[in-house]
Amino acid sequence: MGIKICAEPFDPWQEIQSHQHSAKDMTGKFGATSIFIGTMRDFNEGDDIKGMTLEHYPGMTEKQLEKIVAEAVRQWPVIDALVVHRVGDILPNEPIVLVAVWTSHRSDAFNASRYIMEALKSRAPFWKKELLKSQAERWLVKNTDGYL
Amino acid sequence: MSIRVRYFASLKESIGRSEDSLELAGLVTVADVWRYANPNKALPDNSLAAVNMDYVELDGAVKDGDEVAFFPPVTGG
Repeated sequence: MGIKICAEPFDPWQEIQSHQHSAKDMTGKFGATSIFIGTMRDFNEGDDIKGMTLEHYPGMTEKQLEKIVAEAVRQWPVIDALVVHRVGDILPNEPIVLVAVWTSHRSDAFNASRYIMEALKSRAPFWKKELLKSQAERWLVKNTDGYL
Repeated sequence: MSIRVRYFASLKESIGRSEDSLELAGLVTVADVWRYANPNKALPDNSLAAVNMDYVELDGAVKDGDEVAFFPPVTGG
């Protein structure tokens, strides 16, 4: 299992590839890999967005992500999981979050990755502040419920 | 007892501090910690609280050496 907080831009495909290469013991064991990548848009709530700052609570972020992944592992037969999240100043088109889950069968991969992503959205202590094209700044107030 | 209090995001900006160090006596709850640290400001309704990096309710107990954090709803991902 891997959890990474990145202060610099990351390449999700590279992260997946190197994680899979380093986890040699799962070679031949997994039949399904579910991948979610969240990327920064240049629009939100009708406004043009120039950039974003992602604040986090160092230590608690990792602790909560570890708990969330452990909960997924208890519910589904997960072979491996990787969560990568950006912090700091982010530009449109840069990846914000990666959740990858390796399992034997697809339904477990879909379910576990969805669970991790939705739990991250509601419990991992990250906060986004948007910088609008108009130069105004605003904190996002709340994440939407992805299951609705 | 010594308590470290931390604030994040919009809550940190609105009170103008990122942390406090408190010396308190007796049994205290998370809500008490907020009141001691911010006597002139109510904790915003939607705020979340953590003790030692785990989520807690406002009536949760606080002990010597704990790190208590207050912050708005999270918006990562």
